[in-house]
Amino acid sequence: MVVFEKPKALTDTPFHYCPGCTHGIVHRLVAEAIDELGIEGNTIGVAPVGCAVFAYNYFACDMIEAAHGRAPAVATGLKRADGSKIVFTYQGDGDLASIGTAETVHAAARGENITIIFINNAIYGMTGGQMAPTSLPGQITQTSPYGRDVETVGYPVKIAEMLSTLDGAGYIERVAVNNVKNVRNAKKAIKKAFQNQVEGKGFSLVEVVSTCPTNWGLTPEKALEWLEENMIPYYPLGVYKDKFADKEETK
Amino acid sequence: MAKVTFNTDLCKGCSLCVSACPKKIIELDGSTINAKGHHPARIVDQEACIACAFCATMCPDCVITVEK
Repeated sequence: MVVFEKPKALTDTPFHYCPGCTHGIVHRLVAEAIDELGIEGNTIGVAPVGCAVFAYNYFACDMIEAAHGRAPAVATGLKRADGSKIVFTYQGDGDLASIGTAETVHAAARGENITIIFINNAIYGMTGGQMAPTSLPGQITQTSPYGRDVETVGYPVKIAEMLSTLDGAGYIERVAVNNVKNVRNAKKAIKKAFQNQVEGKGFSLVEVVSTCPTNWGLTPEKALEWLEENMIPYYPLGVYKDKFADKEETK
Repeated sequence: MAKVTFNTDLCKGCSLCVSACPKKIIELDGSTINAKGHHPARIVDQEACIACAFCATMCPDCVITVEK
């Protein structure tokens, strides 16, 4: 009996990601959710600009590559053109929390019935490790060699907290992928975010706190420790909003 | 019986499976270099495996298949 194998919603193309990059784990979780819900033939993914730009090579469903940060806008168009399709975007923090902030906030405010998977690793990975909107105070990056100075460049953007204040947003959860328990929780959250869309409930976003071993300058194992010690205290995990659960309780 | 197989061509030697294994029976094979240029992970003691799939859960590259 097979206990664990590669999900069918992933192609055989090997990931181009660096050794130990948690993008691979999250790709697999998304594919597992698609497999388990049986929606592969009816799903359209929107790839971002960033390290995950080649996501269209890895998912077996239909994929579209959006301009930088515009994935939620493209997903809105897809979903409105054919509401029977399941539409998801997969975006990093440089894409979603910086250049694409407007598209993200307004897609949430409109309560679009789409699913967003948001990878937060506190750095710009593809371009070589520059400071991102999500970089932690004091974090050393290529463009903050003395650590992020909040006096001059301001504070990190907490996407899950920010979006949960919007009435249009339906389901917002923050998870991490630093150990087996958290990966399993992340799987549940991602599956729920897809399930919400299948049921026509509305906007769902899962923020996944992830690593960037290469640009953090750490081994993959040390990067997971750094995530737990530094990122989780600043970006606490949990469900920030579940409008759909409240509805069910009041019924 | 529990059986773990590694698709070693895909392995990047990140060793996240090594640290995730509760039985400590996975290691990087220092005597081999795969097509990607990494020392791939391998199982040392198949008998001791409990098929928990922790290794496969943490593997970012879908290298591992677990059966029992």
